[in-house]
Amino acid sequence: MINARGPRIDDLMAYLDHAATTPLLPEALAAITAELGLVGNPSSLHAAGRRARRVVEESRELVAESFGARPSEIVFTGGGTEADNLAVKGLYWARNAERGGLAVRRRRIIASPVEHHAVLDPLRWLVEHEGAVVDWLPVDRFGRVDPADVEALLAQDPDSVAFITVMWANNEVGTIQPIREIATAGRGYGVPVHSDAVQAAGQLPVDFAASGLDAMTVTGHKIGGPLGIGTLVLRRGTELTPLLHGGGQESDVRSGTLDTPALAGFAAAARAVVRDRSERAQQMSSLRDALVAAVQEAVPDAQLNGDPDPAGRLPGNSHFSFPGCEGDSLLLLLDARGIECSTGSACSSGVAQPSHVLLAMGAEPDAARGSLRFSVGHTSTAADVAAVAGAIGPVVERARGARLAAAKRA
Amino acid sequence: MRVLAAVSGGVDSAVAAARAVDAGHDVTAVHLALSLNPKSFRSGARGCCTLEDARDARRAADVLGIPFYVWDLAERFAADVVEDFVAEYAAGRTPNPCLRCNERIKFAAVLDRARALGFDAVCTGHYARLVDGEVDTGTGRELHRAVDPGKDQSYVLGVLTADQLAGAMFPLGDTTKAQVRDEAAARGLAVAEKPDSHDICFIADGDTAGFLRTAIGDAPGDIVDTDGVVVGAHEGAFAFTVGQRRGLRIDRPAADGRPRYVLDISPVSRTVTVGAQSELAVHSVLGIRPRWCGPAPVGAFSCGAQLRAHGEELPAVAELVVAGEGEGDDGGELVVALAAPAYGIAPGQAVVLYDGTRVVGSATISGCR
Repeated sequence: MINARGPRIDDLMAYLDHAATTPLLPEALAAITAELGLVGNPSSLHAAGRRARRVVEESRELVAESFGARPSEIVFTGGGTEADNLAVKGLYWARNAERGGLAVRRRRIIASPVEHHAVLDPLRWLVEHEGAVVDWLPVDRFGRVDPADVEALLAQDPDSVAFITVMWANNEVGTIQPIREIATAGRGYGVPVHSDAVQAAGQLPVDFAASGLDAMTVTGHKIGGPLGIGTLVLRRGTELTPLLHGGGQESDVRSGTLDTPALAGFAAAARAVVRDRSERAQQMSSLRDALVAAVQEAVPDAQLNGDPDPAGRLPGNSHFSFPGCEGDSLLLLLDARGIECSTGSACSSGVAQPSHVLLAMGAEPDAARGSLRFSVGHTSTAADVAAVAGAIGPVVERARGARLAAAKRA
Repeated sequence: MRVLAAVSGGVDSAVAAARAVDAGHDVTAVHLALSLNPKSFRSGARGCCTLEDARDARRAADVLGIPFYVWDLAERFAADVVEDFVAEYAAGRTPNPCLRCNERIKFAAVLDRARALGFDAVCTGHYARLVDGEVDTGTGRELHRAVDPGKDQSYVLGVLTADQLAGAMFPLGDTTKAQVRDEAAARGLAVAEKPDSHDICFIADGDTAGFLRTAIGDAPGDIVDTDGVVVGAHEGAFAFTVGQRRGLRIDRPAADGRPRYVLDISPVSRTVTVGAQSELAVHSVLGIRPRWCGPAPVGAFSCGAQLRAHGEELPAVAELVVAGEGEGDDGGELVVALAAPAYGIAPGQAVVLYDGTRVVGSATISGCR
């Protein structure tokens, strides 16, 4: 049964969680629906297969062109988490593989502590199961890495480093990293550099070739494409051990029958989002600025987390700490008023944990618990901002009361 | 009303939430995360805080079309329920953790937060009835036994104050468990066939003695008879409950050849006293920390007394022998004289007093005669 209270989100709700997922672009919807009714396994040699293959390769070319890569550098995956896992584990394994009877040991991984769990958790898995050692990069109060720290860690013993991974822009606080400088540092020592560009793609100019990266993650549903499709962009010549073995699709790097409708939708979204990026980023950042101003007016002690300079921050992102509040109380109260936002990154168990990103930035656990992210996107309007402006003051006041009530009997 | 439905992932709380929706309330579901380490809890369907239960609870909320949240109360639960449980056993008493959870968590921490967030009531799947009655309870609401005597849970709710009851909603009290299961199936709730939870939710394998041994440590001592003669040894008095017959591991038979029961536990001297069943007979109990579902009674009054969960109700006369100034720790002391002897009554359990089906009040048993 479909939730009877669920009209289309953009009719009644103020949907301000575009960083979690953003609605399909009309171009993507059209491309997917056109494909859904057709048959063909792109690996088949007959006419139906050839037709599907053509769609796949045209999609590959479009995605490559949109993000500054060559078509042969696009490895399609089942989304961002798979692409991150493929990069982290695949680079580690390839860089520790035996060659000509020589066991090469490169146990160190240089990583930022503000990565998404799709990078953090495979890193931890490599530490627990494969003897990896992670050198965590320091970050400043905005969550930003200093390329000099990457350089310094590399210089210690460059031959022991398997790879470097630093996200392009943070999913919680929106901080943009100096990716080109980090990639340059890695290149200088011949160490591959991966970046999770899931949040950056579509919002920032993302040019893989110009970045100097060796591997980069992009996912469909954050740019207005469908869920369950993404890519690991992999520089030509970068060695990578596959996660999925099977039919040998995607140059043997990622086996599995390709999802032609999803690919068509992903490519259509990539083309549209890159075409309109500059104009849309301006719209988003002006809505975001209005939202920040409205929240700070209604709740003077609300603290904006991340870089206050728009040049250092994703145009759609705003993230606040509300002193004296529990984030999940704020979420519940805003949800009840039709305002949809997030405490940060979604968690499967639903139990609120203080954000590792805020903790790495030096926030107190208490402040980290009382935080909310409002992220605007291509369907956001001034009415969404007005809804937040009207609700946030009373909501924060009530959430503070709830926290005091809970403390009273403790 | 704005109602916060506590959903455990079981069939009862799901149907209770469904009935609150049907009654026209604005219902929001909350699952309470009570374990500090959910994965360590039992993976089957018997507990109440596993990840699987959280998923079942979320699914029920989906089917009902209501919002669903998880509230992390693990630290409060550990401090107010689990530590209390261990401390009570260590002191030679037999606590009821479900009752403590209702008193301190569900109708305290959760109800307080819910009220502060703008909710009017917390709805649970307990089998008990709240009725607008004639007795002056201060709020006009009375707590009564459920119509299904096999499922009645008024005993574990008997510790709630009038104010706590005013913020409670128990939609299942007028229904049998069988009806609730049928209703869950008819509503398309996947938990309709889920087995009942029992035992203690935070003891994963049901091994209470093992849990206590880990928490308290071995404390070996003597098992003695009523004359003080040592008849056996034990590894920790906390493994015993007054009235217990099994697991005493006494080699020598009793002089009369009859089975022996635990009569008394003295944690300081680490002595467990055993004797014949007849010596377990209790004619009256002393109660502390009384709670009243209305004004504190004056003088002796006739009532029914229930002395343990799922125990039978005995005719009794209760009286406040030490006057109190309110409730709980300041509530004075109560003596409940039983018309017929009760057996195996353990200090630490609650005595809940009834007038017909109505809960009059309760106290914690501190001694027996």
